[in-house]
Amino acid sequence: MSAVDIRGLGKVFNQGAANQVDALVDVDLSIASGEFVSLIGPSGCGKSTLLRLVANLLEPTSGSITVNDKTPKQARLDQDYGMAFQQSGLFEWRTVAKNIELPLELKGWDKSKRRERAMEMLELVKLPDFAEHYPWQLSGGMQQRVAIARALAVHPPLLLMDEPFGALDEMTREHMQSELLSICRRTSTTVVFVTHSIPEAVYLSNRVVVMSPRPGRITKIVDVNIEGERTDATRDNAAFFAGITAVREALRGVEMSDHVRGIEDR
Amino acid sequence: MTRVVAFLRSFLPPLVFGVGFLTAWELVVKGFDLKPYFLAPPSKIWEMFTTNFDLIWGATKVSGTNALVGLLVGAAFGVVMSLLLSRYKVLGEIVTPLAIALNAIPIFVLVAVLNNMFAITSEVPRRIMVTLVVYFIVLVNVARGLTQVSPTHVELMRSYAASEFSILRKVRVPNAVPYLFTALKIAAPASVITAFVSEYFGGSQNGLGSRIASNIANSKNAVAWAYVLGACLLGLTFYVISTLLEGVATPGGGARRGKRRTRPL
Repeated sequence: MSAVDIRGLGKVFNQGAANQVDALVDVDLSIASGEFVSLIGPSGCGKSTLLRLVANLLEPTSGSITVNDKTPKQARLDQDYGMAFQQSGLFEWRTVAKNIELPLELKGWDKSKRRERAMEMLELVKLPDFAEHYPWQLSGGMQQRVAIARALAVHPPLLLMDEPFGALDEMTREHMQSELLSICRRTSTTVVFVTHSIPEAVYLSNRVVVMSPRPGRITKIVDVNIEGERTDATRDNAAFFAGITAVREALRGVEMSDHVRGIEDR
Repeated sequence: MTRVVAFLRSFLPPLVFGVGFLTAWELVVKGFDLKPYFLAPPSKIWEMFTTNFDLIWGATKVSGTNALVGLLVGAAFGVVMSLLLSRYKVLGEIVTPLAIALNAIPIFVLVAVLNNMFAITSEVPRRIMVTLVVYFIVLVNVARGLTQVSPTHVELMRSYAASEFSILRKVRVPNAVPYLFTALKIAAPASVITAFVSEYFGGSQNGLGSRIASNIANSKNAVAWAYVLGACLLGLTFYVISTLLEGVATPGGGARRGKRRTRPL
């Protein structure tokens, strides 16, 4: 069963206007249940747009998407996915626990059930002692962990992440990557992960989707064949380096073809 | 011990300056033998303040009540209007130019007009004046708080399939609370000032503003200054109360808001 199925997807911003942008053209992508897929590419390649189309925060111009065999809108209404952004987006007037409870509140859960789930999620992200803290009392890495706990609070089958570790320092970032993998393994969550970092994409993913801009499209899908569980040791693994090289070459192809086309245009 | 030191550190410099300033004032008046109709010495002002305390207190109550009524009514109208504006964008397009135009009028002239509309002894024109001033301060700030929410927060709420009303209740309103208190902190002293100035345009001679004017007219300079002191204390009281309210109503108080500006969450 596929968690996300995208067929012939296109998105045009400001259609017909002078500043028309072809954000995405002819995107086909099928993501299996339990898979971890990263979207990588230079700025303007449409990776965040693609994520927002899956989340039904944007409407496609052409083509179709199914999420959990439903329309994206239905999936959104059913809270079939959780979402995390580069900015943790925690509500600073709510405590950590209350932040995690918010999606449950909107689903109409009663108070004791909400609190129970929030505590369960805080255990999962290893912050059980911070329930009554306010977000501004937490470090950037801890805030991001709370954001992940909140995204997973309704136990959604799908997690959509837009550069969630982009604002963290390198050490915290690597630590968070391992944490995320272990959380997803335990909850068997499917993840679509937008990133700028090649090592991050390779370390986390089963497949890395390489995208290119003007117009935004998929240029290559790189399979990452790392055997067994991914740990910090994986970062010294030959298969890890092979993956990085493959993604880097795919990205380089993106730049070259653009360059060549630029010359032809003149 | 360290708390005492910290307390002294924050209060000592302004205290030393204040005492020094009053001493210098006193010495200048005495040393240059300035005439009482030109400048009264602080000692004389204090003497007048204590001997006329009952009268000053009575006038303070009149002006203070006007300011308070206007502050509360203006804040209430401001909040309600900003909620409506955030909900109905069209309304904003109609009201905003009107608000700007109204704000461009030197609004104190309105008191003269309002005085004509009500009985000569009525406090209503003054209260309307204060209401108007407070209303605009609150409206502008709270409307900003309701609309300038983090785009990430809005996307998150939409991903939770939240209705516009839920977004208003759980994102926009809490986001606007610090803005409301900022508005009140500006509006509280402004309401007192407006209440005083409104009294200069006729009506009952019962408030601090009228008393200052009439005492100056009678060359009772020191008494006028004593009323000015009362006015200062009233404005300060309003400000301190609004600051204390802010601390109670928002977790983390001012520190939270400072933090928010330097580090987006």
